[in-house]
Amino acid sequence: MTSKRGTLDLLSERAIEALIRLCGISAILFVFGIFFFVFREGAPFLRHLDLGEFLFSKSWIPTSQTVPKYGVGALIVGSLSVTAVAMAIAVPFGLGAAVFISEFCGRKTKETLKIVIELLAAIPSVVWGFVGLSVMSPLLINTFHTPIGVNMLNGALLLALMSVPIMVSIGEDALKAVPDSFREAAIALGATRWQMVYRVLLPASKNGLLAAVLLGVGRAIGETMAVLMATGHSVRIPTSIFDPVRTLTATIAAELGETSKGSDHYQVLFLIGVLLFTITFIVNLTADLVVKGIRKQ
Amino acid sequence: MSTASLAKPQPQEGSPTMAGPPHGITTRDLCLWYAKFQALKNITVRIRHGIITSLIGPSGCGKTTFLRCLNRVNERYGYVTTQGEIQIHGKNIYDADVSLIELRKQVGMVFQRPNPLPISIYENVVFGLRIHNEKKASRSELDAAVEKSLTEVGLWNDLKDRLQARATSLQLEQQQKLCIARLLPLKPDLILMDEPCSSLDVEGTRAIEELMRELRGRYTIVIVTHNMAQARRASDECIFMLLGELVEHSRTEDLFLSPKDSKTADYIEGRYG
Ligand SMILES: Nc1ncnc2c1ncn2[C@@H]1O[C@H](COP(=O)(O)OP(=O)(O)OP(=O)(O)O)[C@@H](O)[C@H]1O
Ligand SMILES: [Mg+2]
Repeated sequence: MTSKRGTLDLLSERAIEALIRLCGISAILFVFGIFFFVFREGAPFLRHLDLGEFLFSKSWIPTSQTVPKYGVGALIVGSLSVTAVAMAIAVPFGLGAAVFISEFCGRKTKETLKIVIELLAAIPSVVWGFVGLSVMSPLLINTFHTPIGVNMLNGALLLALMSVPIMVSIGEDALKAVPDSFREAAIALGATRWQMVYRVLLPASKNGLLAAVLLGVGRAIGETMAVLMATGHSVRIPTSIFDPVRTLTATIAAELGETSKGSDHYQVLFLIGVLLFTITFIVNLTADLVVKGIRKQ
Repeated sequence: MSTASLAKPQPQEGSPTMAGPPHGITTRDLCLWYAKFQALKNITVRIRHGIITSLIGPSGCGKTTFLRCLNRVNERYGYVTTQGEIQIHGKNIYDADVSLIELRKQVGMVFQRPNPLPISIYENVVFGLRIHNEKKASRSELDAAVEKSLTEVGLWNDLKDRLQARATSLQLEQQQKLCIARLLPLKPDLILMDEPCSSLDVEGTRAIEELMRELRGRYTIVIVTHNMAQARRASDECIFMLLGELVEHSRTEDLFLSPKDSKTADYIEGRYG
């Protein structure tokens, strides 16, 4: 039975299997590799870093010749506030669109909308940055009569637009996963479509919708280019949505090129990277666990 | 919310063929197409109020389709076309002034697989009241409705201490009874059951049949079944369908003992599935 042909087949089978396994494992390798690298670049500074001051101080003066200050408090607030405003806009739109696509529109509209939303997801973030600078900014100045158009609201609007697609597609999946028998039950009892949605579908798919929102949050927190261009990039604790702010991501992107490798400033920027990594990791992990929770039900 | 509600049952005079109770459902030349495929062909039938009518026939002959016409849930699918007339208590349900919401309130449906909603037992029973009442029903009204409905289907004693449990965690038989119970607060006239026992064991089947006998008299009950023994046990009249057509409709005993049509005879002798 073990002809030459057979052994050859067996060998190539093995090789292919090993290759596929490598591809699978590589994702894990990359994630750990990146984390390790980022951490290694920033780690030496941990020794003379007051963690409390780092996280909560709002003075970020890394280029001072005399006493540079490395407090990222304002940057954290900047990131979180832009994301929060973005979510306040994106969640109703994203989930609303998901409900519309999955329950209210015909097949043709559905297909069209899905394609358009995918296109929205494919727009590069620099292009969004342009939109922020050249469209949104004058628009905000004209409608709200604010002195500057590049501010928190501008960035948040862009982030909202950027995170809506993922919310729509995950949210729609969550709604699609609700068994049709629930819909039939509600309809046969005389429920209108909207009653069916909010009394049956939303409760039944709440975990999936939550996961959709969290993935949107992850997308928004990690976004860099658009917020760098559109939020005004000024370090401060914002008091209104029209204040310019600066985010963690934008800080890294803007400053890393200016620092010399191995300097304190350089290392602190990498620590910010670790911080960001941790935040997005937690958000995504939560989303994953929530999604897993649904599957188990 | 709703405009025209359907007429309540009233005796209809002059039914030439059958004496006795009035007709709950009358269809004339009912045809239905799923896109190009004709699933119902000229169904003309009178189903009497207050008795149990069973619907039998081989798989795919259109039993479910017929049942789903009676509360118009078939129209969920955009590609369905219906022709002909269905009267429920003398009112054509395809008339423009018929409100679907009122129709479905009046015509309750029980599905093949028990499908309680993924909310609490309590909320399942009051679901209908919550969606249909313009003004909010008071807590005590709801409580009363829950007790009454669950008592009627024989679940109250078992479940009264855990009304807040998730309905989907119940045993299948209890789930199916709950699905019947949640129709009752809406005071339907018709109860349509599509193979309500097909996912239940012998005990569960017996319990549901028992319950149908309890409900008999107050409702027009139409039950689709694959199980001929069940049709014989549980129904007063029986309709035999084949390939989308109505072949025979008569008293259950007559249909089984002396079928008029040879196709009926073949079916009840088990010559096709
Ligand atoms: N939603 C649908 N879309 C297209 N065709 C359908 C649909 N539902 C049913 N049909 C077709 O219509 C015919 C009648 O189906 P129906 O479900 O009414 O049969 P049934 O008598 O209830 O069968 P069963 O005993 O298997 O439940 C079948 O040929 C079926 O393939
Ligand atoms: Mg069927």
